[in-house]
Amino acid sequence: MKQITAINDFVIKFANVNGSGSASANELFAKAILRMGVPVSPRNIFPSNIQGLPTWYEVRISEKGYLGRRGGIDMMVAMNPQTWAADVEEIEPGGYLFYDSTRPRPASELRDDLIVIGMPLTEICNAVYSDPRQRQLFKNIMYVGALSVLLDMDPAVIEALLGEQYKGKEKLIASNVQALNLGRDFAKEHLKHPLPIRVERAHRVGERIFVDGNTAAGLGAVYGGATVCAWYPITPSTSVAEAYQKYSNKFRVDADGRHNYAFVQAEDELASIGMVVGAGWNGARAFTATSGPGVSLMTEFIGLAYFAEIPVTIVNVQRGGPSTGMPTRTQQADVLSCAYASHGDTKHVLLFPEDPKECFEHTATAFDLADRLQTPVFVMTDLDIGMNQRLCDPFAWDDARDYDRGKVMTAEDLEHKDFGRYKDVDGDGIPWRTLPGTHPTRGSYFTRGTTRDAYARYSERGPDYIYNVQRLLAKFATAAKLVPQPVPRPAAKRTRLGVIFYGSTSPAMHEALDVMAGQGIHVDALRLCAFPFPASVKEFIDAHETVFVVEQNRDAQLRSLLVNELEINPAKLCKVLHYDGTPITARFITQAITDHVHEAMVAPVETKA
Amino acid sequence: MTYIAKPRLHHPSLTRNKVGYTRRDYEGKVSTLCAGCGHDSISAAIIQACWELDIEPHRVAKLSGIGCSSKTPDYFLGASHGFNTVHGRMPSVLTGANLANRDLLYLGVSGDGDSASIGLGQFAHAMRRNVNMVYIVENNGVYGLTKGQFSATADKGSQSKKGVVNADSPVDLVGLAMQLGASFVARSFSGDKAQMVPLIKAAIGHGGAAFIDIISPCVTFNNHAGSTRSYDWVREHNEAVSRIDFISSRDEITATIAPGEVVDVEQHDGTVLRLRKLHADYDPSDRVAAMSHMHARAAEGELLTGLLYIEGEAGDLHAAQHTSARPLNSLGKADLCPGAAALDKLNASLR
Ligand SMILES: Cc1ncc(C[n+]2csc(CCOP(=O)(O)OP(=O)(O)O)c2C)c(N)n1
Ligand code: SF4
Repeated sequence: MKQITAINDFVIKFANVNGSGSASANELFAKAILRMGVPVSPRNIFPSNIQGLPTWYEVRISEKGYLGRRGGIDMMVAMNPQTWAADVEEIEPGGYLFYDSTRPRPASELRDDLIVIGMPLTEICNAVYSDPRQRQLFKNIMYVGALSVLLDMDPAVIEALLGEQYKGKEKLIASNVQALNLGRDFAKEHLKHPLPIRVERAHRVGERIFVDGNTAAGLGAVYGGATVCAWYPITPSTSVAEAYQKYSNKFRVDADGRHNYAFVQAEDELASIGMVVGAGWNGARAFTATSGPGVSLMTEFIGLAYFAEIPVTIVNVQRGGPSTGMPTRTQQADVLSCAYASHGDTKHVLLFPEDPKECFEHTATAFDLADRLQTPVFVMTDLDIGMNQRLCDPFAWDDARDYDRGKVMTAEDLEHKDFGRYKDVDGDGIPWRTLPGTHPTRGSYFTRGTTRDAYARYSERGPDYIYNVQRLLAKFATAAKLVPQPVPRPAAKRTRLGVIFYGSTSPAMHEALDVMAGQGIHVDALRLCAFPFPASVKEFIDAHETVFVVEQNRDAQLRSLLVNELEINPAKLCKVLHYDGTPITARFITQAITDHVHEAMVAPVETKA
Repeated sequence: MTYIAKPRLHHPSLTRNKVGYTRRDYEGKVSTLCAGCGHDSISAAIIQACWELDIEPHRVAKLSGIGCSSKTPDYFLGASHGFNTVHGRMPSVLTGANLANRDLLYLGVSGDGDSASIGLGQFAHAMRRNVNMVYIVENNGVYGLTKGQFSATADKGSQSKKGVVNADSPVDLVGLAMQLGASFVARSFSGDKAQMVPLIKAAIGHGGAAFIDIISPCVTFNNHAGSTRSYDWVREHNEAVSRIDFISSRDEITATIAPGEVVDVEQHDGTVLRLRKLHADYDPSDRVAAMSHMHARAAEGELLTGLLYIEGEAGDLHAAQHTSARPLNSLGKADLCPGAAALDKLNASLR
């Protein structure tokens, strides 16, 4: 049997039971590798349940810095008897199976193409600890200790992390270190170590930070100047609002305890978006964070905000749909429902961050765009970026950057300028607005969802209606120039193949592009950062014979949007779809594209320069 | 329908209030409601109350849902910003607007279909949150704008114009508001301007959610025999618990005349409500007693009107949120953005 051999490049997965306290031990493991200078990318795969059901933590370790899922598992830490068979099945041939051998498994339940490593965790715990909760918790720390020996990790790094985690609680530090050493001592004495897969110190992490997208988005809302957050709890978006509150409490509370923000847990999504609409109408920067079912409830208000032209920011952390779908699994399946949310002809601005850093940036930018364009702006993240910690460039903020409050007339402006709430004065489709209370006699108007003329006067006249909706289209065209622009990644060689992708697909995509290039398949790539699509998107598609559109939903929603909005021949856009609820892997993308290339025999042209 | 502007002819002799406005300055567009609709009388009462209170019209934000009643904000206070939101969800929009700028006066207008059916949840939660506003429901027991269906406030057994008998129990918004912790609850009748105007003034002076349910007969769909929301029926069954005077803080507060008959309730802004009790045993500050009295009258088929409940020192949503005294919409980058240095520190903590 050929064992898997790898330094700083393997995938390890922990199979646990929800509620057993494994999360912090697993995170400790991932962070320790990170501190050794080796990039890691962990993913929580958890059920929609608080306790008892299976949960997994998959850690990609990649010195090259690939942060997407690779596909396949090199080592399984199988701590959940319920999922034993499936977990064992998942390991790559020649891989490693680590398990609690207090009750040894018969050979029939093992695989002979695996290296099986048993450690009587429960037995050791029961001998050392009497408290049931301690027995449970320290079992997790003990396997981290054992793994640190097997994988040759630096114990000082782990101890330092424990010290940070339990700062000020010396007792806890000591007991955790004790459990860690119990695991280490056992492994040193009884297990063959280090394994052929192991970790070696490197310097590949640099200044990067390790954070989840929801925390980043909540912080982005603080930096972006949001003062009103109205939300309703829903997985996986809840931590966006919670992060906003946490950072607001840190940065926005005056010495006398007064808050420069408001944070309302609304009674439902109808109310949360309603409050955001009201606050936006009245000149505050307001947002809500939600997920698919919440967006469904919000659509009537989103249509009002679109038509009445009110700034609104919505962070949509997408999950598996339709309906309640898979609340704790990831998808990019709300693209169409958000792009065209609400009845009638509507179109909305969508931003697609690829990692936590962009969750921060795009959320902050969303407020500028919403104010500038006076329209709803969606930040479209998903569970994969939202709830998993990801290595990314540090957050950056330019202190010279000011908020773009858009076209708001002051009392002084109103003295000498003509005001028509829905008049296209500047030719960009964006009208001027006034805020309630500005001027005693000028600039007041009635906001409504019904049609009106350029002076906001109720009107059902056809020409008034057409003027309005055409202006909204002109405004949308302006938006295409203001939104974050697509990021091209040209192939090393000239090619007729192109690929379009967006959001959390990014890290797996970059790995797949490298792998394919290594196999001689060259593909030009374009990462979309926003809808409406800037002109460069059409140019990219026109410049290639076949363009793959990679996304994480069943119905190729982004592809539909491209076809619809840019009037592309659908035959040209080839679907690459991953939608089982787990984050897309580099292997999946590589396979799908290479299969297609071979099938279609679209041989990449290699022209010598 | 077309837009009808009201001629802006000011008679030079019209009296001006302390902020220099005539009563005409508080008017809006010409109403497009049916002639005789109770909602128009309510608009007139709002106009009078605001004029008498010397409120600058542009410092009012008037918000509504959808319905005949919700159209009315267009017909008063033409110089203020109005917002016709979506059906039943005015309370959340008003809440957001109020959070954005605490310095304006918020006036929410709704119908019984709007507030008691599609918007019942939002109504309830706005009461719970005690958003500082005047919340008026123009209650006619029917859907006016969609032509005469029963609303959720229609009495069981009452008849529609087509002769259909309502089989469902009514939602009592006043009872609900009290039960939910609203700090100001009143009921009035659109035909009783003498009662409506001081009630609206008192509601404006109140520092939290002030709810007024105004029975406002729909002359087109609900003003017939068999209706319990027709003018005649309401006139016959109306029983007022109190008469109130609203005394602004600038006025001299005269001595209480006779204890037991007059109650002075001081408001957060120093204004005083003087309640002349019609029933010696009616205490508007006792939530439980007020509720039981109201239920007892309802059982007798009576509509109790007047100021039914008031809590003097009610803290509003801003108090609960500890928000800055400055309106949130006026804060700038310096107040809001923690800046690059703080971000660098945060970055360091995430490594
Ligand atoms: C979501 C939605 N559903 C239904 C309607 C239709 N609708 C408009 S007004 C109204 C009822 C209004 O009744 P009420 O609030 O009692 O006001 P009134 O017209 O009687 O003053 C309804 C059902 C709507 N505008 N929006
Ligand atoms: S239908 Fe009824 S509620 Fe509507 S305007 Fe006419 S009278 Fe008023």
